[in-house]
Amino acid sequence: MGFDYFGERFTAACMATGTPSFADFLAACAPGLLPGTGHQAAPVAGGPAGQGIGLDLPHATTIVAAAFDGGVLMAGDRRSTAGNLIAQRDIEKVFRSDDYSCVGIAGVAGVGLELVRLFQLELEHYEKLEGRSLSLEGKANRLSAFVRGNLGGAMQGLIVVPLFAGYDEETGQGRIFSYDVAGGRYEEHKFHAIGSGSVFARGSLKKLYADGMPVDDAVTVCMQALYDAADDDSATGGPDLTRRIFPVVATVTADGFRQLTEDEAGGYAQAVVDERMRSPAGPRAPLHSQQNE
Amino acid sequence: MPFYVSPEQAMKDKADYARKGIARGRNSVVLQYDEGILFVAPNPSGALHKISEIYDRIAFAAVGRYNEYENLRVAGVRYADTRGYQYDRADVTARGLANWYAQILGTIFTESNKPYEVEIVVAELGESAAGDQMYRITFDGSVADEHGFVAMGGQADQVSAVLKERYTEGMPLSGALGVALAALEGQGDGETSEVNAGQLEVAVLMRGRAHRAFRRLTGARLEELLSAGGPATRQTSTPPEDADQ
Repeated sequence: MGFDYFGERFTAACMATGTPSFADFLAACAPGLLPGTGHQAAPVAGGPAGQGIGLDLPHATTIVAAAFDGGVLMAGDRRSTAGNLIAQRDIEKVFRSDDYSCVGIAGVAGVGLELVRLFQLELEHYEKLEGRSLSLEGKANRLSAFVRGNLGGAMQGLIVVPLFAGYDEETGQGRIFSYDVAGGRYEEHKFHAIGSGSVFARGSLKKLYADGMPVDDAVTVCMQALYDAADDDSATGGPDLTRRIFPVVATVTADGFRQLTEDEAGGYAQAVVDERMRSPAGPRAPLHSQQNE
Repeated sequence: MPFYVSPEQAMKDKADYARKGIARGRNSVVLQYDEGILFVAPNPSGALHKISEIYDRIAFAAVGRYNEYENLRVAGVRYADTRGYQYDRADVTARGLANWYAQILGTIFTESNKPYEVEIVVAELGESAAGDQMYRITFDGSVADEHGFVAMGGQADQVSAVLKERYTEGMPLSGALGVALAALEGQGDGETSEVNAGQLEVAVLMRGRAHRAFRRLTGARLEELLSAGGPATRQTSTPPEDADQ
């Protein structure tokens, strides 16, 4: 599709006073560049994502997020599946959206990655134009609008659902937001998981998580949760020790976004695996809560 | 409106008008240093900027009428983000942006009643000093590819003269800042104006930073650089205990 950077329409739109939202700017002067603009094709009866339109699209799965003392962390497995096949062994599903927030995606991988890319640019664009970052609520709201914008695609089976987490500079705490396909936004407390393995991950988190835990423990808890998800969901991948492919783990604190290096993530993953060699079902929660919990 | 004005006269009038408008403001300086590109502009306002980030390795500096160059700045950010989104971040270049600005300013100069009273510099940080680029675009859409240093604004000749004398390649940041301030102070009737951190807007495109190279230098960091810059610089309220260079 032709797009004329020197054309009057584009230059006039650039020069006009207007919105600091990049997505709205594109919608006004270059709608063809927005993701999801091909979804007006013939609607298809609902069915398992992608199969309704005769395509076996790669799907991304289980993302977990947990708040800890001083921030929030997000971790995602590395597998994407297309039907029964593994489409990619090392896909990354957790991304830095800006210095103080991160986003993870579950659902159709291609559409999800487009969404993340646009969202990253939306936040950066606002910051460059306005000279300040959006508030955390503002960021969460914008993501909500993007998810809502994909509703047409979702109804054709191209579902994408993000998980958003960030460090709120005003309260000094990590916050987690989940979404539904209609763009509804829900703040989660303590922890959350999305994706096909989220049911198993959430059960695991429920038993292992503790309020205000230090970051090391929080990473371990998330690793355990992802391991449990991979244990019961074929679409979620466990740590690949032979190829050294581990879950992407990222923390967001007052010092900003930081993704753990492969060695660091590998360290946590290896520790979890070593313990599972002795106790395959993982750490066993005590039957009765302690007095002081 | 007169019945007839010769095109030469009309263009000359517009050019004079724009030049006069630009000359009313203070000069600014852009120069290369060892680790990147330095931008210095006298600016008492902390909120309204003359120097801004456009993209990862591209920055924008302007003199002239604020609302006009602010318009251009916003347009440039939109252009760059659209380009980077449609293709890739690496595909956004200062050259492309400069050409785009040239086309816009040229059109405004020719077709609208009042030209923009602005002069802008678009600079891109290279992998090394040899790869740095600086483009100056004037009110009528002329683009010039600059090297080493650029003096922007009305009394550019005087400022340039000082820069030519004192600029050397590969200066450290504090040295480059000292040279820039010496050049800026030398404008006007030879009287040196009191230039301190609170009256300056200083920014750099710095190599070695991941993703976004643009950084504003303010507060304590700027004071530190000013005091290290040499006798041509002065700083705000608290003078150093001893000359520490």
